[in-house]
Amino acid sequence: MANDIAASKTESAQAGGQFSTFFVGELFFGVDVLRVQEVLCFQHMTRVPQAPEVIEGLINLRGQIVPAIDMRRRLGLPPRAGEQTPMNMVVRTEDGAISLLVDEIGDVMDADPATYERPPENLLPAARELIRGIYKLKDRLLLVLDTDRTVDLTIGVNSVQARCQA
Amino acid sequence: MQDQDQEVIREFLVESYDNLSRLDQELVELEKRPKDAELLASIFRTMHTIKGTCGFLGFSTLEGISHQAENLLSQLRDGQRELTPELVSMILTTVDATRKVLGAIESTGEEGPDRFEELVERLKSAAQGTAAPAPAAEHPEGAKPEEDSAKSTAVADSTVRVGVGLLDKLMDLVGELVLIRNQILQFNTEREDASLNGTSQRLNLITTELQGGVMKTRMQPIGVVWNKFPRVVRDVSVALGKQIRLEMEGAGTELDRTIIEAIKDPLLHMVRNSCDHGIEPPDVRARLGKPPEGRLALHAYHEGGQVNIEIRDDGAGIDVARVKQKALENGLLRPEQIEKLSEREALNLIFVPGFSMAKTVSNVSGRGVGMDVVKSHIEKIGGVVDIVSRLGEGTTIKLKIPLTLAIIPGLVVTSGGERFVIPQVSLIELIRLEGDSKDKHIEHVHGTPVYRRRGSLLPIAYLSRVLGLEPAGQADAVNMVVLQAEDWQFGLVVDGINDTQEIVVKPLGEQLKGLSVYAGATIMGDGRVALILDVLGIGQQSGVLTESREQVRTAVQQKTQAGDEKQRLLLFGAGSFKRLAVPLSMVARIEEFPRSSIEKAGGRQVVQYRDQILLLVPLHEVLEPGSPQVETAGQVQVIVFNDGDRSVGLMIDQILDVAEEAVTVHQKTSRKGLLGSAVVGKHVADFLDLNYVLRVAAADWFQATVKSANGKRVLLAEASAFSRGLIRSGLDMAGYRVVEAGNLEEAVRTLEQQPVDIAVAALDLPPGGSAKLLSAMRGRPEWKGIPLLVLVDSAEQMRSQAGQPADFEDCQVKFDQEAMLKSVARLATHLAGSETVPVEVGEER
Repeated sequence: MANDIAASKTESAQAGGQFSTFFVGELFFGVDVLRVQEVLCFQHMTRVPQAPEVIEGLINLRGQIVPAIDMRRRLGLPPRAGEQTPMNMVVRTEDGAISLLVDEIGDVMDADPATYERPPENLLPAARELIRGIYKLKDRLLLVLDTDRTVDLTIGVNSVQARCQA
Repeated sequence: MQDQDQEVIREFLVESYDNLSRLDQELVELEKRPKDAELLASIFRTMHTIKGTCGFLGFSTLEGISHQAENLLSQLRDGQRELTPELVSMILTTVDATRKVLGAIESTGEEGPDRFEELVERLKSAAQGTAAPAPAAEHPEGAKPEEDSAKSTAVADSTVRVGVGLLDKLMDLVGELVLIRNQILQFNTEREDASLNGTSQRLNLITTELQGGVMKTRMQPIGVVWNKFPRVVRDVSVALGKQIRLEMEGAGTELDRTIIEAIKDPLLHMVRNSCDHGIEPPDVRARLGKPPEGRLALHAYHEGGQVNIEIRDDGAGIDVARVKQKALENGLLRPEQIEKLSEREALNLIFVPGFSMAKTVSNVSGRGVGMDVVKSHIEKIGGVVDIVSRLGEGTTIKLKIPLTLAIIPGLVVTSGGERFVIPQVSLIELIRLEGDSKDKHIEHVHGTPVYRRRGSLLPIAYLSRVLGLEPAGQADAVNMVVLQAEDWQFGLVVDGINDTQEIVVKPLGEQLKGLSVYAGATIMGDGRVALILDVLGIGQQSGVLTESREQVRTAVQQKTQAGDEKQRLLLFGAGSFKRLAVPLSMVARIEEFPRSSIEKAGGRQVVQYRDQILLLVPLHEVLEPGSPQVETAGQVQVIVFNDGDRSVGLMIDQILDVAEEAVTVHQKTSRKGLLGSAVVGKHVADFLDLNYVLRVAAADWFQATVKSANGKRVLLAEASAFSRGLIRSGLDMAGYRVVEAGNLEEAVRTLEQQPVDIAVAALDLPPGGSAKLLSAMRGRPEWKGIPLLVLVDSAEQMRSQAGQPADFEDCQVKFDQEAMLKSVARLATHLAGSETVPVEVGEER
């Protein structure tokens, strides 16, 4: 599995490839399809007092304990509307599986490497840290999420350190 | 020793059988590819290994056979000879012969009578090039090896080599099974189904058994690693010219094999380190008054769900000053950083990469690769390394190794609507306080809640507060879990206590690792996740441990710094005060009177004692007026205090102990009759304000004695209110009129405001010490004549004071009541012509 991760990491960095897509607020994200373990509807979550606030809780994924990161908080977006339950997009990382709580799951799509671009500098600061690049699709932009940076809570504007310093 | 040999031979057999089967395969392979140099080299190595071990174990027949075969193989390998089928057969025959001998060793322990001389001869002549063809009759190939293996592989068959990966996988699966079992059991309790009930009970039993079995496959006694140490210690001590005795305790302590594997090298390193740096050469030891033979003790034991391993030596200890010096030289720290280091922090410098204490680089240690590697290795498996060292007395390194992946029993509690699991090993007891008693039993000391548990104070933490959860509404009962973290106990108040369960500890992800309050997570019977509490982390976070830890640490430090400073305390109980203390130096005697001998005189209880009337003061009435007298039949315990020819007895419930303790914790209380509390012998004791007690209960007695001391006015300057109280009570008792001052300024103001006959000041009186007060006094003509008694903390300090020219009149140890009072009395008598001032008792307070 570790090899898969390493391989997929280098692969998706340059060329296009297949992406599992999802929505967080207005933003349309893609994660390398090889990194996605599964997609689940909302699961019961055990909250973890004292944990960084982006960690929504822990879920039981067939005997495996998986932390769930709320992508809205991770990206510094306002919280979800009350009745809307998030979806779990479980991604594989070097430290095991981690669930990303997203608003809605999209299709798996191919991206044309010719439309790839570095993220613009004026992107939301919280998001820029976590976005590897952008594919300019016909009707919208696909933001490629850097899962490794996303699950590393020391990175980003709302990281643990940033909060402590504030 | 016998067992160890057996063990070695068993291992040799297993390994040799493995090697022989490989040889079989490889030789057959070689026949197909006779030019394959790599294959030949491998065959040669295998044969060489067999020869080597046989020689080591003293199996001469085997060694002879394999030696000749090796010769032959080496010629083949070096290309001196072409491989022929005959040669292959010959080597295969060798393999068979070897198997036969191994079989004999396995069943009888010896090689057996057959020396295989003919085979050896043939091998020899083949090597010399005069190969005689093997007689066909002796070589019924095909049948023989089979027959052999059927007979001789009993040992090989009894063990199977299994990859650790597979064991890990099995363990994981069993963990899952346990969780599912829990789920089914819960499910079962919700239904009334006889067949489901029966099945789930059976599942329960089998799971438990399977779990035990799989756990066992992974466990190894730590002795597996330790067995090598006697040899290592012997070699090192011979090389260094030292005498070292190695003691090992708890070699049977079992650890997960992955952990054994991980701590093998660090342990070896630490043992060598202790031999090299720790234990001194015999001549040095003799000079220091130690036995010439150094002692290195290894101790392993299970504690608190962890395995503790201690490596203790009675060697030189670590010179903290030198560690600091080294750190400075190596540029690890700046001078101002070093100054701030506590002793413990300085000791931990030895774990910094590149730090070496050795003066010279020896082949044993001293290359600066060491303790940092040890630490990182231990931490990698989630362990902790702690070091305690006393210069001249030795060093103890303590490893705490957690059971990273284990199934443990845990208690499920709830707080703030969440469930948490507390590892059973940390659990001491459960306490439930109901109705009125719940508020009465939780008291507050300086805002810290404490609970009186069988006479000793237990600090309390609230789980909901520690974790920042919403506490449940006003409950009609308080549920408390008494927990043990290392050497300390504390109570944890939770909303509810559920039941105990077998849980599988699963690590929290990278994102949550920093949270010290959790030891991991687990999956409960209903399939949801619950967090496992880290008892030590909870204790530290809530503050109950840091405080008491600090207290104990200072107590220990002070104890070691100055033995003379220790004060002997008499501990006793009276009424609801289960643990009171007075300095033993104040106590004249401890007596026991029959209750019937107590008489009444002038409305007071008295007893005839040594031809006098001894006034008895019931202590509990003084401390808690109106509390009922406990009518105990038989004997009454009395502590007798006296001054000159007058005595008074305090009636108490029981004498507990005499403790030799440095008075460390200063907790002033506003309660009348008590000076404060301190930790004495690991428990809190209240210090009795004898002065107050006697004044309240025996005013006439006290007044009389006061007069006898002429009411000399004593200025007592000491920073600690607690120490002041203690010293004061001694002076009060002796009849002096005491004015207290907490610092230099107060002392000077007192001198200005009222006449003082004698000044008593602590050496460390802030700011600037007693010397400042002295110069202030000597600077003014009207104060010049006041004698000054300086109080020091220890006899050692007193000696160093004695060596210096001083202008003060006397110097005494702070808590040596008797000597201090004598000194004050002497100074008082030297005051010529000072007028006596009548004293009203109780005026100062």
